[in-house]
Amino acid sequence: MTTQRTSGRRKQALAAAAVVAALLTTAACGGGDDNGGGSKNGAAGFDAANNKVAQASLAKKGGELKFASAQDADSWDTTRGYYGFMWNFSRYYSRQLVTNKTEPGKAGAEIAPDLATGVAKVSDDGKTYTYTLRDGITWEDGKPITSKDVKYGIERSWAQDVLSGGPTYLKEVLDPKDEYEGPYKDKSKDKLGLKAIETPDDKTIVFKLPKANSDFEEMLALTSASPVRQDKDTKSKYGLHPFSSGPYKFESYSPGKNLVLVRNTEWKQSSDPIRKAYPDKISIKFFSNANELDQRLIAGDYDLDLAQTGLSPQGRTTALNEHKENLDNPVSGYIRYAVFPQSVKPFDNEHCRKAVIYGADHVSLQTARGGPQAGGDIGTNMLPPSVPGSEGQDYDPYDLAGANKKGNVEKAKEELKACGKPNGFKTTIAVRNNKPVEVATAESLQASLKKVGITVDIDQFDGSQTTGIIGSPSNVKKKGYGIIIMGWGPDFPSVQGYGLPLWNSDYILESGNNNYALIKDKKIDGLFDDYVNTLDDAEKADIAKEINHKVMEGGYYLPFVFEKFINWRSSRLANVYTTDGYSGQYDFVNLGLKSEK
Amino acid sequence: MPLQRQVRPGYSRLRGVPATMTAPLHEPTAEAAPSAAEEAAVANAEEKRQAVQGRSLGRIAWERLKRDKLALTGGVIVLVLIAIALLAPVITALVGQDPEVHHEDLIDPLFGTPVGSLGGISGDHLLGVEPVSGRDIFARIVYGARISLLVGFLSAVVAVVLGTILGVLAGFFGGWVDAAISRVMDGLLAFPQLLFIIALVSVMPNELLGLTGTGVRLFVMILVIGFFGWPYIGRVVRGQTLSLREREYVEAARSLGAGRFYILFKELLPNLIAPIIVYTTMMIPTNILTEAALSFLGVGVKPPTASWGQMLSSAIDYYKSDPMYMVIPGVAIFITVLAFNLFGDGVRDALDPKGSR
Repeated sequence: MTTQRTSGRRKQALAAAAVVAALLTTAACGGGDDNGGGSKNGAAGFDAANNKVAQASLAKKGGELKFASAQDADSWDTTRGYYGFMWNFSRYYSRQLVTNKTEPGKAGAEIAPDLATGVAKVSDDGKTYTYTLRDGITWEDGKPITSKDVKYGIERSWAQDVLSGGPTYLKEVLDPKDEYEGPYKDKSKDKLGLKAIETPDDKTIVFKLPKANSDFEEMLALTSASPVRQDKDTKSKYGLHPFSSGPYKFESYSPGKNLVLVRNTEWKQSSDPIRKAYPDKISIKFFSNANELDQRLIAGDYDLDLAQTGLSPQGRTTALNEHKENLDNPVSGYIRYAVFPQSVKPFDNEHCRKAVIYGADHVSLQTARGGPQAGGDIGTNMLPPSVPGSEGQDYDPYDLAGANKKGNVEKAKEELKACGKPNGFKTTIAVRNNKPVEVATAESLQASLKKVGITVDIDQFDGSQTTGIIGSPSNVKKKGYGIIIMGWGPDFPSVQGYGLPLWNSDYILESGNNNYALIKDKKIDGLFDDYVNTLDDAEKADIAKEINHKVMEGGYYLPFVFEKFINWRSSRLANVYTTDGYSGQYDFVNLGLKSEK
Repeated sequence: MPLQRQVRPGYSRLRGVPATMTAPLHEPTAEAAPSAAEEAAVANAEEKRQAVQGRSLGRIAWERLKRDKLALTGGVIVLVLIAIALLAPVITALVGQDPEVHHEDLIDPLFGTPVGSLGGISGDHLLGVEPVSGRDIFARIVYGARISLLVGFLSAVVAVVLGTILGVLAGFFGGWVDAAISRVMDGLLAFPQLLFIIALVSVMPNELLGLTGTGVRLFVMILVIGFFGWPYIGRVVRGQTLSLREREYVEAARSLGAGRFYILFKELLPNLIAPIIVYTTMMIPTNILTEAALSFLGVGVKPPTASWGQMLSSAIDYYKSDPMYMVIPGVAIFITVLAFNLFGDGVRDALDPKGSR
């Protein structure tokens, strides 16, 4: 017995020793690999792809470009997608009449012809836009893309009852009176009953606007203006397998699991001035855990994050310490802010709103957002840096990045007095519960407002129910949400593409409202009217500036940061650059790999 | 010696208190074979014969508990924790910190983690500061103890009150009353309470009965945890009552014309005290863990109120860059639950000497 037991123990000890040894060996191997990589891994360097092209010459044809993401798109249907990364990614399998230039930084937000031979021929009154289609443009089955396909694709935006979710700018501009019922209820034989778009032949398409809009071509550059072929339209299921007009087509897609695109063999490079189509295959793997995703990115298993919203704190620390050369630090085009609904007392009084603006500790808010690099510069006004007319931190009416950056208790108390609440007041902050960073900003605001006598309760609401909770003015009033924490980025880089839903009184909706402050300012509305009629770029920028000033003077918003991200780019990537066309994301469509595998 | 022993149980029985409370069925055996420790205690006290004869059951239990070092340690820690919770404002004022004041100057703006080693531990910040906000962790741990203990104790009280009343009713009246209550208990025991609370919190109003914010959350948490906890204690009480009501002393009281309520409150309830105490001490740590789990899942108290579970949850994002932030609330929960469990075990052993250790 005794001997047996001893030998048993010895065996155990031996086994344990073996396991430990094995672990040590593998750990050593891992360490060795890391050292072998390090700074010599071929990555372009910190910020090398931020607003400039990194390693363009190293891109080779072939290989599998691997995206990873913690979230799936709202829909891959070109009509329905609204997420920024979906618009960016959709250029792999869809083409538009015009699209964003494939150039870094500001130039990436300009318009270039895609399916069309050139940008629009606009009539003098700004109401007629004419395009001619290129030769050699084809669908994935080899049939040519016609002007009627483009018209049908745009018409789908009218079928909001079936295809909800996407932007509706074109619908509002082309059919402001809501006369057309959409292609599914269309009584005409070819389902092309929309009068504002004419297709005299297969190569020509004419847009007739009831009222001029200086941003109309920007709207046509959105993914929602992609062509869709009638016989391939699977209505609400189209997002599961969109019919490709671009260089890649869907091979497989399991929502929330993975997506694989392969080359569309019918697409011809000669017909496409935009897309380089380097990789043979493009895949997305969806993760449920952001920390795991970051680890896999850093380990080199994937090339980049699809969502392009920056690494989470854990991954950020590791990456900044060990792989700085794989990071870029672009400005996202988003502004993160708090907004004060005027329907909730005492925020009907602008002095009470300004008391909050002055009382907040802006450095603390910036830290809560992630600090100057991962969070962004302190926001001083409401026009994002990528929008023409923006002045960045040069326009700082409340001195938020200057003297008052740590909060100004005296000024805040003065404003409280002017508001008739010298001893402060109580209110509630509404914040999405699924965004830890936003909850952190709410806590920061709560702590600094306590010093001026404003007591706030934080109400965390279900982030997936945003449209019904804070998007409903009556609910906001009922719940007493005096402060709402949100963020907003431009749909297209103009004051209209950014501010119209936020600041125009016409956009106050019963549900899905984004004008949270309930701004009803005739001057602001008037400026937006002027804007759409102005065709000169410099004048447009001036109007944008003026709108921004009016919004800031009203004290409706407390901007936190002009958002920045720290994004990961693998060492395998070539021809990488960020573009303002997609809010500082990498321009997906022309990413290449350094090796063919 | 034998004489004394015979006197003591008899004395107890006159008052309807059997010597061993948690296992009255085996009462005679217990009387015949007291634990060695008990015997020693009795021997020690021999010269004070009168005192020994007059010893109450509580006193005996206390004597036993005093000799259980582990239980005593647990008990002392529990007392210290209660003191910390009660004196939280005093303690934090003494170290000059506030659980809700931000110190962004102590945070590395690039990483969001505290400057300095071990999560920013320093003379000012005894346990360091939180990432991002820079709030003092010591102050938050101290205030977090309030939430943990408050929920732990009050929900145990709710469970005990409900469990005792319903358990006694079921055991004493039997029949359809017993059947009804027992089925309810079965149902509740099968109910997924954690999921229920999560669902409940998300539809909860922000104001309720004059409470706002954290107050509402605490109120609901206490009620719900307590409500789902009562069947555990209810079952035990019911079983005890079932066996006790057939005892001779109850019979005697009944034949002397005692009413139902007299028997319930004077004859039965005192004999149920011991199992109730034992279950209460065991229930508190479980409740503390439930509160931590709820806060971890984001349905506990509201920010900026400090809670250990919530600290643990926000530490996940910093487990590598600031491991201390995860360790500290983890250790706090660990120590608290361990202390309550050790103490609870000791109490059980003291009240039930036959229970195998």
